[in-house]
Amino acid sequence: MKTVAQLHIGETAVIDKFTDNFLSLKLLEMGCLPGEKIKLKRIAPLGDPLMVSISGYSLTLRKSEAETILVITH
Amino acid sequence: MKIALAGNPNSGKTTIFNLLTGLNQKVANFPGVTVDKKIGKCLLANNMEHPPFGRTEVDIIDLPGAYSLNPKTIDEQITHQIICDTKNADYPDLTVIVADATNLKRNLFFATQIIDLGKPCVLVLNMMDEVENQKIEINGSALSEMLGIAVVPVSARKNTGIENLKKILSSNISPPTKSITRELTNSTTNSQPEETIARYKKISEIIKQCVQQPTEPVAETFTNKLDNIFTHKFFGFIVFLAILFLIFQCVFTFAAYPMKFIEWAFVQCSVWLSSVLPTGILSDLIVNGIVAGLSGIVVFVPQIAFLFAFIAILEDTGYMARVSFMFDKLMRKFGLNGRSVIPLISGAACAIPAIMATRTIGNWKERMITILVIPLMSCSARIPVYTLLISMVVPDDKLFGIFNEQGLVLMALYVIGFVAAIGSAMVFKYLLKSKERSFFVMEMPVYRSPRWASVGLIIYEKVKVFLFEAGKIIIAVSIILWALSSFGPNSPTPDPSPKGRGISTQPSSLISSPSGRSGGASLENSYAGIIGKSIEPAIAPLGFDWKIGIALITSFAAREVFVGTMATIYSVENPDNSISIREKMINEINPKTGEKLYSRAVGFSLMLFYAFALQCMSTIAIVYRETKHWKWAALQFVYMSALAYCASFLVYQIMK
Repeated sequence: MKTVAQLHIGETAVIDKFTDNFLSLKLLEMGCLPGEKIKLKRIAPLGDPLMVSISGYSLTLRKSEAETILVITH
Repeated sequence: MKIALAGNPNSGKTTIFNLLTGLNQKVANFPGVTVDKKIGKCLLANNMEHPPFGRTEVDIIDLPGAYSLNPKTIDEQITHQIICDTKNADYPDLTVIVADATNLKRNLFFATQIIDLGKPCVLVLNMMDEVENQKIEINGSALSEMLGIAVVPVSARKNTGIENLKKILSSNISPPTKSITRELTNSTTNSQPEETIARYKKISEIIKQCVQQPTEPVAETFTNKLDNIFTHKFFGFIVFLAILFLIFQCVFTFAAYPMKFIEWAFVQCSVWLSSVLPTGILSDLIVNGIVAGLSGIVVFVPQIAFLFAFIAILEDTGYMARVSFMFDKLMRKFGLNGRSVIPLISGAACAIPAIMATRTIGNWKERMITILVIPLMSCSARIPVYTLLISMVVPDDKLFGIFNEQGLVLMALYVIGFVAAIGSAMVFKYLLKSKERSFFVMEMPVYRSPRWASVGLIIYEKVKVFLFEAGKIIIAVSIILWALSSFGPNSPTPDPSPKGRGISTQPSSLISSPSGRSGGASLENSYAGIIGKSIEPAIAPLGFDWKIGIALITSFAAREVFVGTMATIYSVENPDNSISIREKMINEINPKTGEKLYSRAVGFSLMLFYAFALQCMSTIAIVYRETKHWKWAALQFVYMSALAYCASFLVYQIMK
């Protein structure tokens, strides 16, 4: 199964579930909900953190944090 | 009546607060933490149904931005405490929820949590101008119906809808008629994540009925285009460097004019005072203690104002979030945060505004480390010390025919400061313990034009905080230093000549010694002189004599005082005003060796000492204010002094 950290720039996937309990609540509150589309918009010049598009706005998160979000790609 | 403003970060809460209260606001701290507590007063027209007619004054409190009532940051914790705890001193009678209408879904999450508390509240849909630009349609009355509270569309940037908001605030507002929590408890939700998902599901239903959104938001594409450049692998750094260059040009070049004027004005003031006041201890205290101390504070104001103007603009436009995004990986290696970049670089101008700017770092540990290492960055107060010493011990020659040696040494001192800052940060990364988890799940705001009124307010607030909070401590230390350099065991009264001795916080001219300093001999016999002589054995291994010892003590007021103190000491020994201080110091002979006292070894040892030592009482005062504990100021003073002593010791022992 893929995580958000494994997406290519511009690739869209659907959030499936989370692997980190503490972080999942924060992510849920920020609108990263299971079933929601998530798009990897860009990667910082040094390779970390990542910028994603979620429920109509941009969110940044570190690679390690993106790895806790499992996604379904088509 | 108390009204609280609550909402997500970047929802424009503070702009609405500024529009409601204007300049009738004051900034304090929430007890125990350094989160700004902004309280203001607002006049509301009285409810027409309840005479007497007229206006009532209400207190408005701007709560720190939060994403939910399950607190994860200090900001969220404070907001939670105030709106959930009925016994809290700031518990509001009415909560105004501010939501960014262009991103209603996420904003409604926090909003519905507040609505569910069942207390009177109003929802403000902010940024309606952008909603129109993005062709989003929001049915306000349907939203009001579904949420069970009044909904007020507002555009804080365009200043529309504020009067309507005031009118609604002055009417009787009843508690909300709906509650999502009540609806949720009927179904089977037991864990917080499940509740969150269920709440978002409800919000999606509400949005579906009240909001019509085009597929690709307009502001997003504009922001995207800018980000293609601003966060580009190559151009991103070029833009960043260009912005830095601009900031430094302003802070060093433009701020220098008002600073020179302030120094000039204070010199005029003290000259005038000493001519008017009768000679005696009191006038000496006023001129050399209080006025000198005051000038040492006020002279920083232009730099603080310029730096905060830039920081406010970078913050307001959304560029600061990009800087964090670009540098987070690099800074994390050193126990810092992407948000530490700007404060660290600002430290090269002055540590005081730089330390004040660390408030944007949310994580406690990362903020403390940033504060601890900022004073190692070479600030502008070191420049007079460096230039004097370099001109004495480094020949004005060209290295390889092109590089000016003096310039190279100055640059090396800057590099050493930066390396020391980064290195110390790495050490503190392992020493400081924190239970708080560092995360970078952060909203990336869209680019917006800065709001000049709020930039002005930020400058006003920061200058005020510096003048009155840090100023108190600086004045106190100035008076102590004045007493130490004015009194001695053998001279119970200070020299009656007001320009007699003592420290001057004005950096004296490097070229000629200030005339009229006559009574400096008493400096040697003052407590400062005695301390200078008594610490001589301790500083002798660094190559310093007791005269440098006095300068080390007096320049605790500010580093550049070193130059002034040296001027005082040497003009006393050799009153010949035709020889410059620099030449007098160069000619100084070490009585033990018979050679020149200011050898290369002593010069470099002294420069390194000033590069590392925390010779700045304003920094200590501001660190105390920002951390709320003397222990941080003490730790910083001790580690930097130790670093300075060791570095000077090594350099002197190797080079001599």
